[in-house]
Amino acid sequence: MNDEFKPDHTFGFHTRAIHAGARPEPSTGARAIPIYQTSSYVFEDPESAAAYFNLQEYGNTYSRIMNPTVASLEERLSNLDGGIGAVAFASGMAAQSAALFTLLTPGDHMVASSALYGGTVTQLKHLSRKLAVDLTFVDPDDLSAWRKALTDQTKILYAETIGNPAGNILDIEAVAVIAKDAGIPLMVDNTFATPYLCRPIEWGADIVVYSVTKFLGGHGTSIGGAVVDSGEFDWSNGNFPIVADPSPAYHELEFHETFGGYGYLMKLRAETLRDLGGAMSPFNAFLFLQGLETLPLRMDRHVGNALAVAKWLGERDDVSAVRHPAMNPKYCALVAKYLPKGAGAVFCFDLEGGREAGQDFIRGTRLFSHLANVGDAKSLIIHPASTTHRQLNDEELAAAGIGPGTIRLSIGIEDADDLIWDLEQGFARIGTQQ
Amino acid sequence: MTDTTQYQDPEIIQRLLHSSRTVAIVGLSSNHLRASNFVGFYAARHGYKVIPVNPREEEVLGNKSYPSLSAVPEPVDVVDVFRAPAAVPGIAEEAVAVGAKALWLQFGVISFEGADIAVNGGLDVVMDRCFKIEHARYIGRMHVLGFNTDVVSARREVY
Repeated sequence: MNDEFKPDHTFGFHTRAIHAGARPEPSTGARAIPIYQTSSYVFEDPESAAAYFNLQEYGNTYSRIMNPTVASLEERLSNLDGGIGAVAFASGMAAQSAALFTLLTPGDHMVASSALYGGTVTQLKHLSRKLAVDLTFVDPDDLSAWRKALTDQTKILYAETIGNPAGNILDIEAVAVIAKDAGIPLMVDNTFATPYLCRPIEWGADIVVYSVTKFLGGHGTSIGGAVVDSGEFDWSNGNFPIVADPSPAYHELEFHETFGGYGYLMKLRAETLRDLGGAMSPFNAFLFLQGLETLPLRMDRHVGNALAVAKWLGERDDVSAVRHPAMNPKYCALVAKYLPKGAGAVFCFDLEGGREAGQDFIRGTRLFSHLANVGDAKSLIIHPASTTHRQLNDEELAAAGIGPGTIRLSIGIEDADDLIWDLEQGFARIGTQQ
Repeated sequence: MTDTTQYQDPEIIQRLLHSSRTVAIVGLSSNHLRASNFVGFYAARHGYKVIPVNPREEEVLGNKSYPSLSAVPEPVDVVDVFRAPAAVPGIAEEAVAVGAKALWLQFGVISFEGADIAVNGGLDVVMDRCFKIEHARYIGRMHVLGFNTDVVSARREVY
């Protein structure tokens, strides 16, 4: 066994996307990661069982709390992101709510970007009411707004690397400094960038959340989410007794004192996941692991195709705006700094001609799938004004950054020429009343 | 030098984990909620002989506690320290005197003065690292809880 310690070597991203979290299963030698489709695990003896439940030993107890297939995904994702670990959840929304639930208590305050995924905005408002936590939304591009929103009760700053759907790019390093000065963590939703395009922890973010459903899985097969922790935040700085003090939910264990940098993740798993129960299924984890193996290959093609389509759209007279972050002068410097490999593959463009033009356009395409998801190998299209935001009038749409003729695209990994051909059919359909 | 990473060499850490048998834990507490107790329990569970060194304790984890490293009546491989950094230089001198092979300083126990004393005495030094976590990373099962071991290997482990 002693021949394992070799000189240290730093493995590249492509290698780790395939190998991190995937040491061969020792009892069978299975090379693929087995799907451990089991609810529970047989203990070796009563002493081992006690040690697992006391968190004195790393072991499996029950698949609501941990599962070896899911653990492989957690290790791989945290490795790619430069974190110390991760906890996976049944969905991105479950991951995000659990991450917040673990560190917020009634009377706390939270500051969030106003340019977030609509489902996140709804969730934050809901959590705010149910947890009695004050919530302030700020323009994520305005650094002074972040600072001004802070109160003595503020416990977390929250934003997306690439805003959905407006394409705001977060100045992660600057907002992380604001959080650090306030002694609170910065939590970033990095779903649209993935660790291949941007690793927020390297820029000072403390907690990173994902909808694994999107580019990480990459094939639109499964719903899942994850929380990655940098392990760098000092939960014992006086602002977080909920993490640092003896926990009544775990026989008075002090998670930060006992587990150091791993304390938040231990609490997230051993208390929040245990009690709220939004566990990822092992089968979904297996599909996500398959997806992660090709993440860097797919992302290069996603961003290349997206930029080609965006540039083509930008040259058309019947398109009033293309909201691709790399084509927005406001964000060019931030894209160059945080997203040098590409600014993602989800963006909007605005058709002249309003709601009817948008609906006609959707009718005209046949390769783009008309649905409410993003980050699939397949290209996706949606007209927010007639679907996800159809209850809003034009004024309310404008406030949400969406025009009546806005189309959102999630560009897949097909041939770019075919995508452009398909969009041409959409333009040809406008005004035909078919 | 004020860089702890020079004392976090994965090769040295793995060699110590594999070659050591006796671990004296300085500051080992009998309170089973303290980090030192977690580490001592874990080390004993994984076959190391754990020797408590703590003048405030009679017995910890079933083993007699000694008031100081010098009072330990048998050879020690690793001296694992859960004490304030200011106490480390004195402990390092004792570690050299008793012929220990390594001085291991836990999370937050950062003392370059202590490290220099140990290195000059011929000891390996590990600093700002947890004995339990490093064992769990390379030999144990840290990965079952979704932690990033940073280990990449296509070899099949044989138990």
